Amino acid sequence: MHFGPHLLLAALEGFVTSAVLALTALGLSLVFGVMRVVNVAHGEFFMLGAVLAWAISTAISGHPALGFLAALVLAPLIVGAIALVAERLVLRRLNYNPEATIVATIGMLYIIQQLALTFYGPEARPVEPPFSYRILLPWFGYSGYKLSIIAASAFLLLATWFVLTRTKIGLVMRATQYDSETAQAFGIPVDRVYAGVFALGAMLAAVAAVLIVPISQAHYLMGQDPLLLSFIVVIIGGLGSLRGTLVAAVLIGLSDGIISVFFSPTLAKIIATLLVAMVLVFRPQGLFGTASR
Amino acid sequence: MDKSKTFDLSKTGLTRRTALKGLAAGAGLAVAPGFVRYSQAQSSAPIKIGFQSHRTGIGAAYGRWYEKTTAAAIKAINDAGGINGRPVEVIIEDDGTDPGRGAEVVGKFATQHKTDIVFGTLFSHVVIGSAPAAGEAKMPYFVVSEGHHVASTKLNRYVFQPGITDVKSQIQAMAPWIAANAGKKVTQIFPDFAFGYDHRDYLPPALKAQGAEVIAQIAIPPTESSFTKYFPQIPAETEVIYHVMVGPAVLTFVKELGEFYGSNRPQLFGFIDSLEATDINSPGLEFLDGSHFWEGSPRYAQPDDSAAQKAYRAAVGIDDNGAAVGDPKDVSTAAHMFGCWETLYVVKKAMEDAGYKGPEDRAKLVEATEALTEFAEGPEHPQGPKTFNGKIHQCFGIQNISKVEGGRLNVVHKTKIEDGLYEPEGDYTTQSL
Repeated sequence: MHFGPHLLLAALEGFVTSAVLALTALGLSLVFGVMRVVNVAHGEFFMLGAVLAWAISTAISGHPALGFLAALVLAPLIVGAIALVAERLVLRRLNYNPEATIVATIGMLYIIQQLALTFYGPEARPVEPPFSYRILLPWFGYSGYKLSIIAASAFLLLATWFVLTRTKIGLVMRATQYDSETAQAFGIPVDRVYAGVFALGAMLAAVAAVLIVPISQAHYLMGQDPLLLSFIVVIIGGLGSLRGTLVAAVLIGLSDGIISVFFSPTLAKIIATLLVAMVLVFRPQGLFGTASR
Repeated sequence: MDKSKTFDLSKTGLTRRTALKGLAAGAGLAVAPGFVRYSQAQSSAPIKIGFQSHRTGIGAAYGRWYEKTTAAAIKAINDAGGINGRPVEVIIEDDGTDPGRGAEVVGKFATQHKTDIVFGTLFSHVVIGSAPAAGEAKMPYFVVSEGHHVASTKLNRYVFQPGITDVKSQIQAMAPWIAANAGKKVTQIFPDFAFGYDHRDYLPPALKAQGAEVIAQIAIPPTESSFTKYFPQIPAETEVIYHVMVGPAVLTFVKELGEFYGSNRPQLFGFIDSLEATDINSPGLEFLDGSHFWEGSPRYAQPDDSAAQKAYRAAVGIDDNGAAVGDPKDVSTAAHMFGCWETLYVVKKAMEDAGYKGPEDRAKLVEATEALTEFAEGPEHPQGPKTFNGKIHQCFGIQNISKVEGGRLNVVHKTKIEDGLYEPEGDYTTQSL
């Protein structure tokens, strides 16, 4: 294949990865930014989203788009509710202590994974895409659905940005992130903000999974890669920075796409991890993070 | 902290009285008539087969069907009087399709369950990881893996593969057909681990002997979930894509191959592994029509199926489309799982030849298995006749090449046993027992 179309394919693949990664990493970043909780179970919320998407889309007969749309709405809501319960039952009781919550979320990771294995089973199951249109380029074909993922993700990211910067809920969140004690003194129910943010973070992961599942299949171990990549993105972008997360997701997604296509996926992972090490050494707060006060 | 919530061993521990009571009850049970009779009648105690199953992890679809096939074979064997007049019992342990856990499972069978043999592993990295543990425990280990590792004689004397032909032999048998019917310039796509390396290492020489060549080799990790990024590495002059993938994402692999090429594709020759346990009529797979697959045993019922093949399919519970009876969506791993059925009958034959009584006869069982030379086609070997080479612990059978036509796989070519024979690379029988 010639260089031009080769690069085009690499870029397309990279943008799809970026789009899903941006949503997933944003959830992780929000939770850390506002609550200072490193949520190791984040990948499992992603997996739950995909598994629920399968369950919902198979329960609804008729055109595949119906089941998919239902999954797109319901799966994140259910995952959000589960996250809310986890937050109330576990994280709050630990007073959001950073060390304790890491250990607790590792526990949650295994509990969620094993429950999925018990009730969903070890098979990988496909979800039919809402539409299957193949874009025919002169050099190769490309899935139209994959392109729609980029659009859907951009829309969801914009919506999240709007909520965070233009609404009262967003203001309250940002105030809590900036200084939770002062926020509390001004009558902000920090406790409820935490619960909401944790649920929102999980919902972002879940919605990313619903978008990706028609091209990748639901499997109980699928949460591991997104978790690792989200951590990479969040560390490079700066923990808690929305803009940084977005930029880092596009950077990592594109470099992953391009390096994977031209060289090998293993090299792409090596370079991403090396980048993390470099960022941690030379700019520990991340590219867009602010140094801790 | 509330002190009453702490765990105090001195309060909850055994009292001397309850301990004595327990001892007395245990002793009473041991001298009770039923207990004694059972322990004396060792000859009627069941033969225990430890089944190392891929119940979870990337091999789960295979594990489930290997369990179904094994259950059917054990039922047939027990209904016909068991082995040496003793019933056969299967104990299943999940290895998570993980080599480390595989070795632990073998150890557990040897020390805890005290099984007579270990059986049933498919994934080659698990076999390679578990084989040393089997050798150390002097535990006969019958795998149904397809990989060349047993026949390479790089494992040890306790490892056997008598139920399914190894990859090197399969490739050698099919290479002439590929070169003559599909094309001369071949690009290989294979999983980046032991099983894939068998394909990587043995296809190029086999094709070269037929005047064809491998022009590119693309290794993909078996845990990969997205594949389009690998396809640009396929050279434009490729005439045949030879694909063999495993893992939970095989359906995605084939779908993305279809999106990439559409109907304007090179010839495809795949190992059915790329679509095992997956419906070939899934949306997005229409482009496969007219392509060819290797099948160990055909998934779809064929017009010339033997009575033994029909009986086997009925016993395992698969319909004419190779899916579970009553659930057309639950597609089986038909191309591989027959190996479980056949391996268990080889174990039965070897145990009977050895006059096997218990774990103390394991060495005799190894020698009796090595003495076997051929298995005739029939109810015990429904896939077809096989020869067995006791020096390399490997059987050799026929291979099927099937074409996707009208939404099903029709066998268009069957290889002969002789097509797949090669010079042995070593001799296990020279190793001490």
